[in-house]
Amino acid sequence: MRLWKRFRSSYFLYSFLHDPVAMGSFAILAFLTLAAFGAPVIAPHNPYDTTTINIMDSEIPPVWMEGGEQNFTLGTDAQGRDMLSTMLYGMRISLIIGVGATLMQAVIGIVLGLLAGYKGGRVDSFLMRMADVQLSFSTLMVAIFLSAIFQAIFGVAAFERLAVPFLVLVIGIAEWPQYARTVRASVLAEKKKEYVEAARVMGLPAARIMWRHILPNSMSPILVLSTVQVAHAIMSEAALSFLGLGMPITKPSLGSLINSGFDYIFSGSWWITMFPGILLVLLILVINLLGDWVQDVLNPKLYKG
Amino acid sequence: MTHLLEVQDLVVKFGLRSGDLTALNGINFTLDPGERMGLVGESGAGKSVAGFSIINLISKPGFIASGRVLFEGEEISAYPLEQMRGIRGNRISMIFQDPMMTLNPVLTIGTQMVETILAHNRISTAHAREIALEKLSKVYISSPGKRLGQYPHELSGGMRQRVVIAISLLTNPSLIIADEPTTALDVTIQAEVMALLLELCKNEHMGLILITHDLGVVSQVTEKICVMYAGRIVEQGPTESIVTNPRHPYTRGLIQALPQGGGGRGRLHQIPGMMPNLTSIPPGCAFHPRCEHTMDICRSKAPQLFGDSETPGLVACHLYAQAR
Amino acid sequence: MFAFIVRRVLQAIIVMLIISFIGFALKQNVGDPVRELTGVSVSAAERESIREKLGLNDPFLIQYGRFLKGAVLEGNIGQSFFYKKPAMEVILSKAPATIELVLCCSFLIVVLSIPMGIYSAIYPKRLLSRLIMGLSTIGVSVPIFLIAILLIYIFAIELNWLPSYGRGETVNVWGWESGLLTLDGLRHLILPTTALTALMLPLFVRLIRSEMMEVLQTEYVKFAWAKGLPRVRIWFVHAFKNTLLPVITVGGVQIGTMIAFTILTETVFQWGGLGFLFLEAVERADTSLLVAYLIFVGIIFVVVNTVVDIIYGLVNPMVRITGRK
Repeated sequence: MRLWKRFRSSYFLYSFLHDPVAMGSFAILAFLTLAAFGAPVIAPHNPYDTTTINIMDSEIPPVWMEGGEQNFTLGTDAQGRDMLSTMLYGMRISLIIGVGATLMQAVIGIVLGLLAGYKGGRVDSFLMRMADVQLSFSTLMVAIFLSAIFQAIFGVAAFERLAVPFLVLVIGIAEWPQYARTVRASVLAEKKKEYVEAARVMGLPAARIMWRHILPNSMSPILVLSTVQVAHAIMSEAALSFLGLGMPITKPSLGSLINSGFDYIFSGSWWITMFPGILLVLLILVINLLGDWVQDVLNPKLYKG
Repeated sequence: MTHLLEVQDLVVKFGLRSGDLTALNGINFTLDPGERMGLVGESGAGKSVAGFSIINLISKPGFIASGRVLFEGEEISAYPLEQMRGIRGNRISMIFQDPMMTLNPVLTIGTQMVETILAHNRISTAHAREIALEKLSKVYISSPGKRLGQYPHELSGGMRQRVVIAISLLTNPSLIIADEPTTALDVTIQAEVMALLLELCKNEHMGLILITHDLGVVSQVTEKICVMYAGRIVEQGPTESIVTNPRHPYTRGLIQALPQGGGGRGRLHQIPGMMPNLTSIPPGCAFHPRCEHTMDICRSKAPQLFGDSETPGLVACHLYAQAR
Repeated sequence: MFAFIVRRVLQAIIVMLIISFIGFALKQNVGDPVRELTGVSVSAAERESIREKLGLNDPFLIQYGRFLKGAVLEGNIGQSFFYKKPAMEVILSKAPATIELVLCCSFLIVVLSIPMGIYSAIYPKRLLSRLIMGLSTIGVSVPIFLIAILLIYIFAIELNWLPSYGRGETVNVWGWESGLLTLDGLRHLILPTTALTALMLPLFVRLIRSEMMEVLQTEYVKFAWAKGLPRVRIWFVHAFKNTLLPVITVGGVQIGTMIAFTILTETVFQWGGLGFLFLEAVERADTSLLVAYLIFVGIIFVVVNTVVDIIYGLVNPMVRITGRK
């Protein structure tokens, strides 16, 4: 078992080192992540500190344009916040929500997928029907509805205060069917194999069989799915925030920054929207490219819709 | 008299990023009109590749690297795609292994038959349907009129293979290449289908190349045999002489592995080891790691096919070269 | 085949029941029907009497039954608090804008994705195929609102060629507000349609390509080559017909995604359709309108998915004859 793992990790490494796209994407992603989480240290300004923000500094263009200031490399937004710093902090929020929401959906999806695949019968058909219906409504639609409902129930103020956990929850609930289907498919495949039969004959409890025996063998499709889903969750979060159903402008993610800047492109201040936009696309693109590569290397059979 | 088919020094390679792999390493054989030949070997020996390369239909990244294929005197291996299309399914038909996979699941039997005729003849659809009906009754399919409107999944496996055979007959070809035509069928139906194929070939005076790993089947149907191993022909000759007097150790192994009539003779013989992968073909005679009679020369020098006056047929083995 | 259709329709009805139940539960817990009717300036005692009169103190399931009856028989889902009109009426008046947008996109997607997907599957190594695939990788990574904003910035602000918001001039055809019949309406349609298409197209191109490549590897396609068929027939009859099956299934699901994306598109272009209405309703906490939107979109999804399943059944002979999938 350990030998096999070592072999795979070495093959993993080998193909990684022979794929310039994968290496480049990984380098960019690592750099962006470091920059995002090092924001308090490296960002020139603190966008959450209202005392340092001066409304007189609003809509200053980037430094290379006429009217740009040395102090604000990428210009400022409509509230006078430094774009570069706000983007770094915003990217941190986007990443936290993206990873958090993926973990959330993974937990829900894996538990329900294991249950559906292992129990079969009515539990299975109920859960899978539910997943089908939810998927046919599209995950984004479900997420939009959920956050609209949450906002209606808890009020806008409470929603804004608790936006991060809310968004993690909303996107997690919206996207669990992907995991559940993938996990269920591999449970069904694994269930037929002898080692599961053996474990069952030995009288191990079902939960233990699922957790210790079946799940580890379903890891490659889960890993592939997870990369794609992080990109997906970041995109969903950005969409929700863009619609005003996500992060408030006082604590903006990349999506809400783009939203806040949108009104100003008509007056020529394109940088408030474009810089966070480019950053968002770059972030999602490198994660997607890494996802493509992971899929090529592990090549599991993903559940096809 | 020209041969029906003449394959000369055919070399097929697979172009991979890490370099070319040789799948067929200089194949030679001839087939006369109406003659039936077996291509025998384990899976991976290159027998299917040999069959497909005749009509230049090797799956990518395979390609014909050198050598010639002459069909009724024409060098068809040099034909461009459009000219080759006129040969395929017209003068040379193929029968594939698994009838479950060979027929398109979303098209009716009728469509799949008529389109073949229309691809090669300028006749009306109605006329083509008549031909299709006639061929279906030739392969003893019950109520052929009804079958034309049915989809493949409505027919049983044996029935589908009969349809595939009927398709191969549509244009009255002079050569049929059958790639393991009975392997995927139930044992009970295998003999029926094989007998049908034999009967049709005899009646229509068609040449047949039967690709199979089953020497037993080949010995009942064909007039001559080529035994292949790791991309080369190791022995060829009349069926009678090869079955009763195999010379190459590999052929002997194959024959000893056949269940003998009479029964109760103990364990079947097995050839030790496995066919080498294309990436790791041993130097010298490719069979030497599995051979009981390996000599020093076998490890360094690949034997060539040669014949002698005493026995019909050719063999590629140093054992006989020494005796000469 | 008939049994198959009946079963699909039954399933659709069950799904609609679940959706309406969710919608109703939402209405019960979030909205206040009394406020919808009277506004805010009414005393507590009066509210209570209205509640009693409207049956709002009845048990939940009885109220749900009443709601369902009203919804099915009269199309009555409740009163929009903001528009002071039945919510369904508001929805129906805005639906043409969204439907026209979705139809134009669907048309473009079908017309563009099929040739692009087939081409890049048949010639995977050609430059044009690599270009198509590269663009679609980038395409799936760009959020739609960014595409939309970029389009506005380039074509409306910098070049000033096309209008950036609204539907422009519309013509009323038997109660259907259409922007397809005037030049101005069409000009307004270009940017939103482009944005939505640019987002959905890569998904379909990649899907068609990968399915087609898989089909091209099958034995029956190889057999078709061995039969000496013209290649056009092999590609478009033998291979494409089999590619179509999974594409239809996924396509049905993607219509849901497309409607979700109309919310984003309509927001950016201030397109007066359902998505725009929905966001307004969220901001105004107009619960009945939200529920009406939920149910309306639910109907569209269920109808589309059922139709897609039936079309799938028609294309796939395995379903057509045995009635099973």
